[in-house]
Amino acid sequence: MSDVALKYGDDISTDLIIAGKYTKTLNLQDLVDHAMEDIDPDFLSRVGDGAVLVAGKYFGCGSSREQAPVALKAAGIKVVLASSFARIFFRNAINIGLPIMECDTSSISDGDRIDFDIGTGTVTNVTTGAVIQAKPLPDNMVKILSAGGVVEYLKEQGSF
Amino acid sequence: MGGQTIAQKILSSHSGARAEVGEIVVCDIDLVMGHDANGPMAIRAFEKMGGTRVTNPEKVVFVMDHMGPAPFEKAANLQAVCRNFAAEQGTQFMTIGEGVSHQIMAERGMARPGGLVLGSDSHTCTLGAFGAFATGVGATDLAACLLTGRNWFRVPETLKITFEGKLDPGCSTKDVILYVVGRVGADGGNYKSFEFYGDWLEDIGTADHMTLANMLVEMGCKCGFVCHSNLGIEADPDAVYAEETVIDLTRIEPGLAKPHTVDNYAPISELVGMKVDQGFLGSCTNGRIEDIRIVAAILAGRKIHEDVRFIVTPASKAVHIQAMAEGHIATLMEAGAVFFTPGCGGCVGTHGGVPADGEVVISSANRNFRGRMGNSKASIYLASPASVAAAMLTGVVTDPRMLAEQEGAHV
Ligand code: SF4
Repeated sequence: MSDVALKYGDDISTDLIIAGKYTKTLNLQDLVDHAMEDIDPDFLSRVGDGAVLVAGKYFGCGSSREQAPVALKAAGIKVVLASSFARIFFRNAINIGLPIMECDTSSISDGDRIDFDIGTGTVTNVTTGAVIQAKPLPDNMVKILSAGGVVEYLKEQGSF
Repeated sequence: MGGQTIAQKILSSHSGARAEVGEIVVCDIDLVMGHDANGPMAIRAFEKMGGTRVTNPEKVVFVMDHMGPAPFEKAANLQAVCRNFAAEQGTQFMTIGEGVSHQIMAERGMARPGGLVLGSDSHTCTLGAFGAFATGVGATDLAACLLTGRNWFRVPETLKITFEGKLDPGCSTKDVILYVVGRVGADGGNYKSFEFYGDWLEDIGTADHMTLANMLVEMGCKCGFVCHSNLGIEADPDAVYAEETVIDLTRIEPGLAKPHTVDNYAPISELVGMKVDQGFLGSCTNGRIEDIRIVAAILAGRKIHEDVRFIVTPASKAVHIQAMAEGHIATLMEAGAVFFTPGCGGCVGTHGGVPADGEVVISSANRNFRGRMGNSKASIYLASPASVAAAMLTGVVTDPRMLAEQEGAHV
């Protein structure tokens, strides 16, 4: 099982992931329609049935808009790999159940096939054969992510 | 065991156990804020969690600041979701035109020293000017607070920044914080708490403390504190810091953040003469009465350049009324400025001053990401209110100190 990597650069802000003018909706499809459009007009067709988003440092900086990880997840992004994440994006992604892995992404090229395992934190570049180890997530985040996000977690647990 | 930073103290008092850096603690929240852009998602998530009654509704406020008055149908409907939920649940509600959430929470004294505030907005850190651990979260985190009255936190490391020396009187606090963001970098404080120190903090006022705290998130902060002598909370003398930096105020001149990142700092001398198309005075960074006074003093009795548009959006209704009472509204309108409803306005690009393709905006706000003001083909330069006003007069980037000198020459 592997998915195609869509590679972008450093400092991708939440304004670029989904512009503020498109966040005024509760309809997922409205968000999907405009995800990443200012940085990659072909984003949606490139995601197809599913893809891995790969970025450099400080992915998701800026606004706290949760619509950013929501738009990526709904568009078919299975995991975001970045060398670092902005704090609020990181937390939002876990909360809504979008897997993210902090790892050295410099060896991954656009179009490589990627396999990943959240449990072990390993990312395998199927195209080159390279194996990358991601930074482990704190336990409470793994629990939230395994539940599918905070909504499901709190539905089960009632409280933190 | 070393002493505690302010962030550690607040997380300790709210979790009931000594909070060590790197630990995860669960805390009771004192104030929860949702706005019209993210609040509705939080309300839906709350319902999906099985929520029926908000825990501590008196500690929850919804603010309609991101798109007021509603510019289109979807916005109106989202505001209705918040309005109805607030009425049903008995939370506080602040309607369109009251102003930007951070400004009105400050005006109403809603954030206390030692308090813990969560808002569905990244600039919630502004309330660190009042000694609160105030941090921005997303909609689902907000929903978790509505449901449980609590949330979890990773106890952050703290970065200590000390200001030394005297600031050139022709420079403002905005010039200082733009310089600091340029030095530290947009991700230089990611996940961290900040503590600002220095005698300079005693010389400046609350509005300036808010401008400093506001832009902390442009360095990735979780929260931050402007440690002046009346803050009402202090770190232990033997608190442990992850990093300490000194900023020499004597080296600072007016400066700007160039497109398209906030840490792309340039001293104004590098940009003088560059043509601009639009000016924006407003936002939770610099839309206060102090900022309007500065701009009114520069524009009084003059006209803005014929090639520019100047949009002024007071940060709150109280600011707007004060500006009216002091006569600044007439001064600015006679000079050619256009006023927009107090709130976020053009800052977030939904309405209130979207620039055209290829245009250059000089703005007193806090973000210049591509697309921020609603058009990804425009360029945004962030600057102080005085630098915005100077550019409005001349139509090009102008050092506000030069303007003062010219004035002096006329007398
Ligand atoms: S004024 Fe701008 S930065 Fe401040 S809360 Fe509103 S949109 Fe955010």
